Amino acid sequence: MTAATIQRNRPSGFRISKRVLPYLLSLPALLVCIGILIPFFTSVVYSFQRYRLSQPWARQFNWGDNYISFFTDPKFWNTLEISLLYAGITVVLELLLGLGIAMLLQKRSTLNNFISIMLLMPLMTAPALAALMWKLMTNPGFGVLSYLASLIGLQDFRWASSPSTALLTVVLVDIWVYTPFIMILLLAGLRSLPTQPFEAAALDGVPRSFVFFRITLPMLTPYILTATLFRLLDSIQQFDIIYAMTQGGPGDTLTVFQVEAYLNFFQSTNVGRSAALMIILWAITYFLSNIFIKNWLRLRERARGQA
Amino acid sequence: MEHTSLLERILRGIALALVVIFFMFPIVWILMMSFQTNETILRIPPQLVFEPTLANYTALITGKLMTAAGTLDIAFMRNLWNSVFLSVTSVAVALLLGVPAAYAFARHKFRGSEDIAFTLLSFRFAPALLVLLPLTLYFQKLGLANTYIGLIWVYQLICLPLILWIVRGYFEDIPADIEYAYRIAGHSWFATFRKIALPLAGPGIAAAGLLAFIFAWNNFVFALVLASADKQPVTVGALAFITSSGIQYGQISAAIVLSITPTLALALYAQRYLVEGLSLGAVKG
Repeated sequence: MTAATIQRNRPSGFRISKRVLPYLLSLPALLVCIGILIPFFTSVVYSFQRYRLSQPWARQFNWGDNYISFFTDPKFWNTLEISLLYAGITVVLELLLGLGIAMLLQKRSTLNNFISIMLLMPLMTAPALAALMWKLMTNPGFGVLSYLASLIGLQDFRWASSPSTALLTVVLVDIWVYTPFIMILLLAGLRSLPTQPFEAAALDGVPRSFVFFRITLPMLTPYILTATLFRLLDSIQQFDIIYAMTQGGPGDTLTVFQVEAYLNFFQSTNVGRSAALMIILWAITYFLSNIFIKNWLRLRERARGQA
Repeated sequence: MEHTSLLERILRGIALALVVIFFMFPIVWILMMSFQTNETILRIPPQLVFEPTLANYTALITGKLMTAAGTLDIAFMRNLWNSVFLSVTSVAVALLLGVPAAYAFARHKFRGSEDIAFTLLSFRFAPALLVLLPLTLYFQKLGLANTYIGLIWVYQLICLPLILWIVRGYFEDIPADIEYAYRIAGHSWFATFRKIALPLAGPGIAAAGLLAFIFAWNNFVFALVLASADKQPVTVGALAFITSSGIQYGQISAAIVLSITPTLALALYAQRYLVEGLSLGAVKG
């Protein structure tokens, strides 16, 4: 039927094909993604099953059991706590550092531009490889950072291999990789701010702390929000850095959501629990990304309105 | 700004120096390690002055590592090739699929277009393992486990949303009137797309492609879950290399240097586009 309509309309123009065209154009991209969407629903099903790869015969629906058992499972609470802690610490520190560096580099000069380009390099390093670099530098035998730590009196500082400092070490790597992300976003923001309010404030002799808190920060808020939510969404799902550095160890010190799900799947072959963990993480990210997308749409519209 | 005191300028200078040291030191240090023998690496305190050697790089490139205990085979060049192949092909496929779709989303507000666009975008924010873990089971059934095709397909999760959203923004910035004018002159839809829209959005498409390449190259978890040794890119290969070669720190450093050089070079080349690309155009200034 469609073929017939198109044929009939061909001489007179493209009215029908114009309606079909956008679908045709986006269809291949959609098909590719739908193929990948199926596993998402499979995950939902798995999460309601008792399913261990080592005991395929015992596979059956246990409905909410995977989820209910989380309530009394200290390992789950550890995962939740360490994931939130990791995301919270990294995002706050990166935001403060990124804002500080962006303000240092705000003035356009050859040196500042050069430095801001150099600072892109950690961000473009694969996080997994960045973790390996820091692993080499914190090696207890020859690592330069272990040596530097011993110089300031921290003998036998074990970095990622000690439960008390493992979190600190992976947070440090995360800061190294991702602070430049926040920095370049905020730098772009700072440099695009209108100059009149600042000139007026300078004329009136307004104290600089007042300028910062009452003019700079409010005007920068859209950029800060975008950067924070982007980082928050990535950080709560962090896998590469932690897995490459410690595989979630030592013990279960760093078993954040994705690492714990990976270990559950491949080591204890507990597919059901692994899927349930991922669904909970997905719920958290879905909640966060909805906030993000709503804010973003508003900002986009505002930006377009002004332009 | 002009009336900064001397003290403040000094403090700013110190702060900037510390920032540069913190962010540059690891790269410089690993670069230095890659030109050292294991002996100098293991020396305490760490040496700043040493006789550089290319032995680590030759060992990686020839794939043969001579040790006192005998020769060890290194498959690192294979990993490097896998990274190049996977990233280039994934980006090519994503451009082929994504650019027309981006055009459709930008030009035609059809029913459900925003919903579909956001669904595609949401892949960018979904936990990777949520999809990957069941996918391993499917891939084994479908015979796609440990194949390039399977990997390139999954890599679309990284490349497609990126390309779709960045390129869509560029298409939206082209005034529709230019296209109408060309259409009225009697040209077909496809000719308009090819002769007008594509060239005008060219820089955006190039930037999106470069960024997608960097993200594909830097990806770790997809190949960790879905590929075994002979298909693994450098990110996974380097980790395996550490466990297999144990104490060959010089070679590991050289491998890391070779693995991060392409993305660093591309990033420096495309740095103008990075802000917009990294935030998916969220803070178009």
